[in-house]
Amino acid sequence: MTDAAQNTGPMMAADGTTLKSSLNRALRRQKLRALMLIAPLLIFVLVTFIAPIADMLFRSVENQIVSDTLPSTTDALKDWDSSAGDIPAPEVFDALYTDVFIAQERKLHTRLGSRLNYELTGVSSLFRKSGRKVEDMGEVYQDQFEDLNPFWKDAENWNALMGSDAWLGAQNAWDPKSETAQPAFELREEIVGLLPQTAEVFEIFADFVQNERERNLAKTDPWALVYSAFYDDLRREPDVSSYGGTGAAEMLEAMAAVSSFETVDTTAAFADIDKDWHDVEVWQTIQTYSPHFTSGYFLNAVDMKKSADGPEMRPDNEQIYIKLFVRTLFMSLVITGSCILLGYPVAWILANLPARTANLLMILVLLPFWTSLLVRTSAWKVMLQQQGVINDTLVWLGLVADDSRLALINNQTGTIIAMTHILLPFMILPLYSVMKTIPPSYLRAAKSLGATNWTAFWRVYFPQSVPGIGAGSILVFILSIGYYITPELVGGTTGTFISNRIAYHISSSLNWGLAAALGAILLAVVLGLYWAYDKIVGIDNVKLGG
Amino acid sequence: MKLTKTLLASTALTVAAGMANADGHMANEMTIVSWGGAYSNSQQKAYHDPYMAATGISIINDESSPEAVAKLRAMNEAGNITWDLVDVEAADAIRLCDEGLAMEIDHDEVLAPAPDGTPASDDFGDTIASDCFIPQIVFSTTFGYRTDMVPEGAEPPTSACDVFEIEKYPGKRALNKRPIANMEWALLCDGVAYEDVYDVLETEEGQARAFAKLDTIKDQTIWWSAGAETPQLLADGEIFMGSTFNGRLFSVIAEQGQPVGMAWDWQMFDLDGWIVPTGLSDDRLARVMDYLKVSTDTQRLADQAKYISYGPARASSAPLVGQHAELGIDMAPHMPTDPNNAENTFVNNYEWWADYRDDLDAKFQAWLTQ
Repeated sequence: MTDAAQNTGPMMAADGTTLKSSLNRALRRQKLRALMLIAPLLIFVLVTFIAPIADMLFRSVENQIVSDTLPSTTDALKDWDSSAGDIPAPEVFDALYTDVFIAQERKLHTRLGSRLNYELTGVSSLFRKSGRKVEDMGEVYQDQFEDLNPFWKDAENWNALMGSDAWLGAQNAWDPKSETAQPAFELREEIVGLLPQTAEVFEIFADFVQNERERNLAKTDPWALVYSAFYDDLRREPDVSSYGGTGAAEMLEAMAAVSSFETVDTTAAFADIDKDWHDVEVWQTIQTYSPHFTSGYFLNAVDMKKSADGPEMRPDNEQIYIKLFVRTLFMSLVITGSCILLGYPVAWILANLPARTANLLMILVLLPFWTSLLVRTSAWKVMLQQQGVINDTLVWLGLVADDSRLALINNQTGTIIAMTHILLPFMILPLYSVMKTIPPSYLRAAKSLGATNWTAFWRVYFPQSVPGIGAGSILVFILSIGYYITPELVGGTTGTFISNRIAYHISSSLNWGLAAALGAILLAVVLGLYWAYDKIVGIDNVKLGG
Repeated sequence: MKLTKTLLASTALTVAAGMANADGHMANEMTIVSWGGAYSNSQQKAYHDPYMAATGISIINDESSPEAVAKLRAMNEAGNITWDLVDVEAADAIRLCDEGLAMEIDHDEVLAPAPDGTPASDDFGDTIASDCFIPQIVFSTTFGYRTDMVPEGAEPPTSACDVFEIEKYPGKRALNKRPIANMEWALLCDGVAYEDVYDVLETEEGQARAFAKLDTIKDQTIWWSAGAETPQLLADGEIFMGSTFNGRLFSVIAEQGQPVGMAWDWQMFDLDGWIVPTGLSDDRLARVMDYLKVSTDTQRLADQAKYISYGPARASSAPLVGQHAELGIDMAPHMPTDPNNAENTFVNNYEWWADYRDDLDAKFQAWLTQ
């Protein structure tokens, strides 16, 4: 290959460029082969680990739901000045009517309500209530049109008016009982010009009926919203006489009649549904959370909130997350420290005993490791509670008075004791594997050179076991930072971790955005600490074995 | 060659099995999600067994109700609903309905009328807490106390408010680690009238007042998060009194014979029932609806009370409640709905909590950590 390139190419055979590139090519091929070898694992990790985590973390900034559910309202609300203290203009309420109507048909309004309720109490029921009553608003017009002429009652008349001729032909030829799909609705050109609003709403309606509900459009009466849009269009007095198709006469008649119709003031009608619609704070919340992405969840995760004048701290009685983050880090450090204190001597004994005895002891270390986490935690409850084994023994020994038994559980002490026990094997095993590799002759040599027991240990043995401590500490610390079952069961109120709140927001409050923000911060903290550890101790000094 | 063949064959098998699984359900299988333990057992005996015997459909029990809300949302996002019917509390049913994860039901169309012809929606009455919710049982969160730890000369506690009487009844208490029920009890026992509780709780002052009342017992309280904790704490003599679900206390008292008594007054009524997940295929939906019609009729609901001390949600089932299937004791006096127990009851306002849950929960957790 290289030879061929040298022969046919320009005279640069020996100047290194060609050689370099051909070398590169060979290396690339090698790398590619290596990559293909690890591809199954790589794809597996990407698909089952990285992608879900990325997806979950993305939720911490994602906020499309507001503008997706209320597209015209958020659009109309852009120019509204929230600091003036006035409720938005009537056009915004008109847009809200359209949006809420469509959202309640698609059953999305309550979902938005629970999303905004995370930011402002009471929005949940506001949307639920509005969804139930918004149909009445449109029915005012619907009834008047239908009273004027029964023509407007019939779904087929509406289709004939709004649909293009090609679509009408296809729809009439379509057999609803057949397996073939319903022909997709298509608007009539001249109607779009005449009745723009009606056309827009009708298209949404037709799409909803055909694709989401999968019903026959010819048999489905239009939404009340179509009638209100129709009313609005006719009030603008379009040139209806230019249209000559189905319903031309009825439309002319309707246009003459609409000026005397009873009207609906959406601004007042929403206030009738709930007076909160005239509360500036509700509109501020909708406006603040209109963009596709929000920093709101992250602010919430550090006890702040968005307000009209930028981020501000939450009131004292709602601040909780920073406290929990600090507590989680502090208690994880304490647990790591006590694991070192308890694990080091055990690992030392294991490493220095004859193999047979060491194996026996090793089983004692591993046995709890193989026992279910819940069983161990529950066992600690029995041990630690005030009427439990430890307190009973202490009282029996006379060390503690019966009426002042120690509070060892449902507080920080309980979490630290139980978690130290549960995580101890993660400290002992790396320590043991490192200590196994330290030749005992070093200690003997130190002593023969005149060192005391302590000096020999501290100056010779301990420095060699530090990589084990490093590995064990990283394992224990990172595991304990994310622990949640044990703190939940034995931690009471002062011994719970941030992960307990994350679990709560994932499984009961369904505030996945906040859970994702808290999780992202936790991940960042762990990575930051890992980086700091690498800078200070050096990650190369960590040994998990051999 | 042989290896290739084996590999091919096993791949084909795996794919085939995967496809069968993806389809999810064989024609005569149904996955029903519930709470597990004694409660699932009562459903198995009262609903599932007779239904399976009559129709030949096999019912698979899944004990995921505690995480049902989160799991349903995840399934919905993944577009693969593997559950056919889910047992949840009323508050969760409202939440799932709001999220569009549970199907709205026309109760009169789907459910059987009472034997005297009363339509289902009247027979269930107020227990239909949401359009998506098909109630099964009324249970209550109420207080149990150690009869042997009542101070000498004092009357045993009879009411939820006795939990605040720290002088009269010294000792530890156990309360649920969430605001629901605790906030209402705090106000009620601080002298707020029953009908005003939620109005007061809406205000900042009302919330401060509730927290101040809870402050009086805060350092004597163990906060539980699983319903099994209070019975265990009572059995160990770790607490004097604590709140939990009445069925749990029934099993501590009647089945385990522990020295525990009940303080029924101001028990907090709650409801549990079925929801149907949205997005089921037509044939699965038809199967679920058939099951629902049978298993929520008057006799079936009354049958469940033979196995667990929860009151049937239908008015017409109450007279049919008989004796415990194994212990042979009358179940009626152990029902939260029994007139002797239900002198003063508190009915949880779910819609109010749907609004205030996020806000009050943040405040409650902040208060706990202070």
